[in-house]
Amino acid sequence: MVAIPETGGYGADHDDGKPGFFARWFYSTNHKDIGTLYLIFGIISGLIGGYLSFMMRLELMEPGFQYFANGHDFNVFASMHGLIMIFFMVMPAVIGGFGNWFVPIMIGAPDMAFPRMNNLSFWLLPVALICLLISFFVPGTAAGDGFGGGWVMYPPLSTSGSPGPAFDFIIIGLLAAGFSSIFGAINFITTILNMRAPGMTLHKMPLFAWSVLVTAFLLLLALPVLAASLFMLFTDRIDGGTGFFDPAMGGDPQMFQHLFWFFGHPEVYIMILPAFGIISHIVSTFSRKPIFGYLGMAYAMVAIGVVGFVVWAHHMYTVGMDVNLKAYFLAATLIIAVPTGVKIFSWLATMWGGSIRYTIPMQWALAFIFLFVIGGVTGVMLANAGVDAYLHDTYYVVAHFHYVLSMGAVFGIFAGFYYWFGKMSGIQYNKWLAAAHFWLFFIGVNVIFFPQHFLGYNGMQRRVADYPEAFELWNKVSSYGAIITLIGTGFFFLMLLEAFTIGRKTRRVGDNYWGDGATTLEWTLSSPPPFHQFNTLPRIEDTDEH
Amino acid sequence: MRFKRPNLMSVMTGLTAALLAGSAAMAAEPTPGGWWLQEPATPVMVKLTEVHNLVFWIICAIVIFVMVLMGYIMIRFREKANPVPSKTSHNTLIEVIWTIVPVLILLVIVVPSMQLLYYQDQVPETELTVKAVGNTWNWEYAYPDYENIESYISNPLDEDASEAAGKPFLLGTDAPLVVPVNTKVKVLVTSLNNMHAWTVPSFGIKMDAVPGLVNETWFEVFEEGTYYGPCSEICGVNHYYMPIEVQVVSKAEFERWVANDGAFPGQTAQLGGTTTAAQK
Repeated sequence: MVAIPETGGYGADHDDGKPGFFARWFYSTNHKDIGTLYLIFGIISGLIGGYLSFMMRLELMEPGFQYFANGHDFNVFASMHGLIMIFFMVMPAVIGGFGNWFVPIMIGAPDMAFPRMNNLSFWLLPVALICLLISFFVPGTAAGDGFGGGWVMYPPLSTSGSPGPAFDFIIIGLLAAGFSSIFGAINFITTILNMRAPGMTLHKMPLFAWSVLVTAFLLLLALPVLAASLFMLFTDRIDGGTGFFDPAMGGDPQMFQHLFWFFGHPEVYIMILPAFGIISHIVSTFSRKPIFGYLGMAYAMVAIGVVGFVVWAHHMYTVGMDVNLKAYFLAATLIIAVPTGVKIFSWLATMWGGSIRYTIPMQWALAFIFLFVIGGVTGVMLANAGVDAYLHDTYYVVAHFHYVLSMGAVFGIFAGFYYWFGKMSGIQYNKWLAAAHFWLFFIGVNVIFFPQHFLGYNGMQRRVADYPEAFELWNKVSSYGAIITLIGTGFFFLMLLEAFTIGRKTRRVGDNYWGDGATTLEWTLSSPPPFHQFNTLPRIEDTDEH
Repeated sequence: MRFKRPNLMSVMTGLTAALLAGSAAMAAEPTPGGWWLQEPATPVMVKLTEVHNLVFWIICAIVIFVMVLMGYIMIRFREKANPVPSKTSHNTLIEVIWTIVPVLILLVIVVPSMQLLYYQDQVPETELTVKAVGNTWNWEYAYPDYENIESYISNPLDEDASEAAGKPFLLGTDAPLVVPVNTKVKVLVTSLNNMHAWTVPSFGIKMDAVPGLVNETWFEVFEEGTYYGPCSEICGVNHYYMPIEVQVVSKAEFERWVANDGAFPGQTAQLGGTTTAAQK
């Protein structure tokens, strides 16, 4: 996509000047090191969030109570699973991790625009996660510790319904995570708009950088709304405080839902757009073809971002909204299918006529495309306000958003991880361990989430610790899927262990280990790249390749 | 484990009519091992099922189309079969087509969806009004049309009591909402504390119970029977355990129930009104 001048490893010819261990990892201002920290943080959070979901699946394997003391404890696990996976796993991994690592390199910049703010963005996150973990162990309601009001945190359950300090810790933690993301967004926007290499116009910029640019704007516009609504919840919770959402004081609990989803819907695109960017690069690399319809792809993401801000109330069809409003949100939501379809078909057209190699990252990318289509079309179903009266808050919704996130965003993360693992570490993964990870994970998540469509159709509601016997069969199947997925995750860690012990001696990789399909600037650098790259800025030739 | 599979042909050719004709005793509750929508019990749910089926077949066709296309590409353009890649990266015509065709498909979907939405949402002239008030964790039902019927609490039955009453555990209550068959009923839904959602899947109804706000919806049930649903908005420790049970009786029986101050003949006291049934 980007024409690359005669190469030779930019900036590898000088002293790296790497600081000592503590200074390097704790005061870090280097975008690649911060990216690595984000990825490690995302993996740790993913383990915590995965543990929570695995316990829920164990509990739901059979009717009755097996592992949890009561419904509150289950609700705590469900709520924290959502918050941790969204704010501490997916966002740090795709934006903080891959964004930090590859956006500066792809646009030919030596580093991010504000390296110290970048460090602050990262270190706010562990603080935030610790706040969330503390909330597990402090009183929530009379029924137990922790906050069990769902990741959506609707009042009155999150105000008068959860009087203990558990939810206050969550508010503080999410505010910290929110500011982390806002700083990150400012950093990415500034970097991408000001620090592109000479000759790299916006219309020559790699699609991953485009996806992060759109994502950063979404973050910048959406997260302040979340921060404001969290503050409002906080002051509502104080005795004798405000009553923004308290009907007894003239407030309106539904207003919180509007505020929350004004943030929350762009948030789902924040999670998926960077994955779109990653998938584009992988499909192009392993088809050995330039992206089909590059401009359409870039502007489809912009369109998704813009329309994503005006569809929020499709999460609220059952709150008793005016019918004309519902009709508007129905129509607006359906429109999102169009740019999403453009992306799917453009990926397929990129593969058409290509010379396709089925490497591990390509397998993740193909699985992403297929499973994202399934998650996307069930979104078309749920956009129907009328039909949603049946499906809203059932397991059909759970299946839908896990198909787009657990198989969308997470598959995008793993695709990117295997694609760039050699670039980031200098070591190629063991392909057998990686293949075992992929296939177990692919089968596992489908076995978990496909039957959940059936549960939703049959009328099973979300966020319940126990269920009528009629739902037993598909819950059991779903829980078996969780076991398969757990084994698959085990292979991921085996793969990492093998790579950093055996692989580091035997499978070192060169600059461009994927061959001539990989055309972006990171493939002109050594693997791993020098501590500081592009001391001489690359110059992008004025070609008209796309 | 008993499987009940929907007849695939009837699904394809207009599921709703076939199912309605085929169902004798209505007791709308989840089917063991079921994987399809519950049988429709109201005109709204009939329309909802029709729109659902239309969208369902469209999205199935889309998934199959993408799957077949992807499979073809993956085989036809694998490295061995096609060692030299093309350099094509534009085709304006096809880009226009894959923008316009989805728009046309969405138009096919949006028209019946809007019809359903307005039909469902606009409450017609109703003959009876009932009120459902969410509480932590039970429902209170009131009949504002009848002064002689006091409002009563509908508590969930514990496991033993459900079995004794022959009702599904986590769905059965000690005092169902009682309404007459073939009658347009308006439901007012609100809440005393946390949010809840009054849900009966086979009616096609899910209405949030929000404190400080009275939502309204409506239903008209075709057949007598018992219909179940769960609370569908997370509301705290017993969210899983605050079911909705609606008993639909003949008009004559409903008249007698009303005349008897909200009790069936033979019962001395009004239905329900009991206090907490074994809450965990």
